[in-house]
Amino acid sequence: MKPPPFDYVVADSVEAAVALLGQSAGEAKIIAGGQSLVPMLNFRLLRPALLVDINAIAALSFVEDAGHEIRIGALTRHRQLETSPVIATHLPVIAEAMGHVAHLAIRNRGTIGGSLSHADPAAELPMLALLLDARLEIASGGGRRDVAAGDFFRGALSVALDDGELLTEIRIPKLPAATGWGFAEVARRHGDFALAAIATTLTVADGTAVDARIAMTGVADRPLRATVAERLLLGQAVTADLLERVAAVARESVTPGSDVHASADYRRHLVGVLVRRAMDEAWRRAQRGAA
Amino acid sequence: MTASRTITVTVNGRRYERTVEPRLLLADFLRHTLGLTGTHVGCEHGVCGACTVIVDGDSVRACLMFAVQLDGRTIETVEGLGGPGKLNALQEAFRAHHALQCGFCTPGMLMTATDLLRKRPLATDDEIRDGLSGNLCRCTGYEHIVKAIRAVVGPAPSGTAANAATDD
Ligand SMILES: Cc1cc2nc3c(=O)[nH]c(=O)nc-3n(C[C@H](O)[C@H](O)[C@H](O)COP(=O)(O)OP(=O)(O)OC[C@H]3O[C@@H](n4cnc5c(N)ncnc54)[C@H](O)[C@@H]3O)c2cc1C
Ligand code: FES
Ligand code: FES
Repeated sequence: MKPPPFDYVVADSVEAAVALLGQSAGEAKIIAGGQSLVPMLNFRLLRPALLVDINAIAALSFVEDAGHEIRIGALTRHRQLETSPVIATHLPVIAEAMGHVAHLAIRNRGTIGGSLSHADPAAELPMLALLLDARLEIASGGGRRDVAAGDFFRGALSVALDDGELLTEIRIPKLPAATGWGFAEVARRHGDFALAAIATTLTVADGTAVDARIAMTGVADRPLRATVAERLLLGQAVTADLLERVAAVARESVTPGSDVHASADYRRHLVGVLVRRAMDEAWRRAQRGAA
Repeated sequence: MTASRTITVTVNGRRYERTVEPRLLLADFLRHTLGLTGTHVGCEHGVCGACTVIVDGDSVRACLMFAVQLDGRTIETVEGLGGPGKLNALQEAFRAHHALQCGFCTPGMLMTATDLLRKRPLATDDEIRDGLSGNLCRCTGYEHIVKAIRAVVGPAPSGTAANAATDD
């Protein structure tokens, strides 16, 4: 189908964008990469009066090593994340996951800000933001605020952004030394949305885990952390037996839905398998890092 | 409030100035406004890849961009690769290796492959398959498309070209 009529304006700064959003009383939509918005317009699921195009705001497109954290501009394309040396060095779990986000032509346009704001329940980047304790910077006519990833995702396609607000930047703390990571996903076809995907980190000191994180996508209306399963790992050396228990606890913690792509039981089964795989990877990498 | 805009774009080396409604998709601009019907439209939501074109050097879905966003930009479509009588090397390889049957997916396959050939080493057939994962073909079973692209890249290092099955 064809999109409904709308007016279109290019914002060339964050200030201009939030001013336009502020004036339009909830009738405007931001367009970043357009890779989720335009399908919704083509299906006429949305009928905004105005599209505010932020693609000309060059200041929103960057990946920067800021010492203790990595700063990522909201307009940074998936392709830039996938190929950024800074990401490959400091947040390799993101580089790895980006290979699973859609396909070449979509990664050339799609942005991190768009992915987080859209909040598809099976998307990888919201899960990674939650895994890595990202903070999201938000601008509006009233000023700036920031929110933790854990408070940002509210449900399917629902986030803590008001009509007049623009996500500008994602800040991700660097991982401590001797931290390993893992990523595991099952999708119907490479690049499709995940049936389930898991990302993990594990920080090791003196042969035992001192911090463990497990984030999951595709299994609820928003990304989740498997906090109970995470705690089982603390103070432990990771064995096959422990991994099996962690995976079982993670599996029991989710109540996914059934759809045409997979049943709830299959998704829950995948959580167990993928948690075991991704945490095993994290443990191996952490030991290599600690050695 | 949906005022039309005048945009200037360069398509396959030729400059066009046209006045467009904001909601006009790039795919429809190419096909209906410019008469360049080589770019095909399948799903109109980014899934099939038939509409893939190259904008400023990157492959994109022409069904997921608006023509108004293209002011001042450079677009390459399948018509720019070559035409009957003077196919480029990639098109010629598609012909020689039976990489098309009905031809519906072919423009998108060719433009995706063009982007891949410029940017990736494509050392293994798995890399070619991964790069094509966003383009659907209902006819060929993909095998001949991979062979055609392999023929343009040159032979894979021994032991990698033959791995026909992927675990993805
Ligand atoms: C065929 C296909 C397959 C895909 N597969 C995957 C996949 O496997 N995994 C995955 O994660 N994604 C997938 N996607 C989605 C893709 O990653 C999108 O790029 C992403 O979801 C949205 O980013 P965008 O920049 O294109 O946002 P847009 O489409 O421009 O915007 C999406 C929404 O976010 C809002 N928005 C955008 N930027 C901002 C901002 N800075 N501040 C506030 N609001 C903003 C918009 O108003 C809109 O509501 C797929 C898309 C397609 C078409
Ligand atoms: S028509 Fe654009 S991807 Fe199918
Ligand atoms: S040749 Fe018919 S769809 Fe590919």
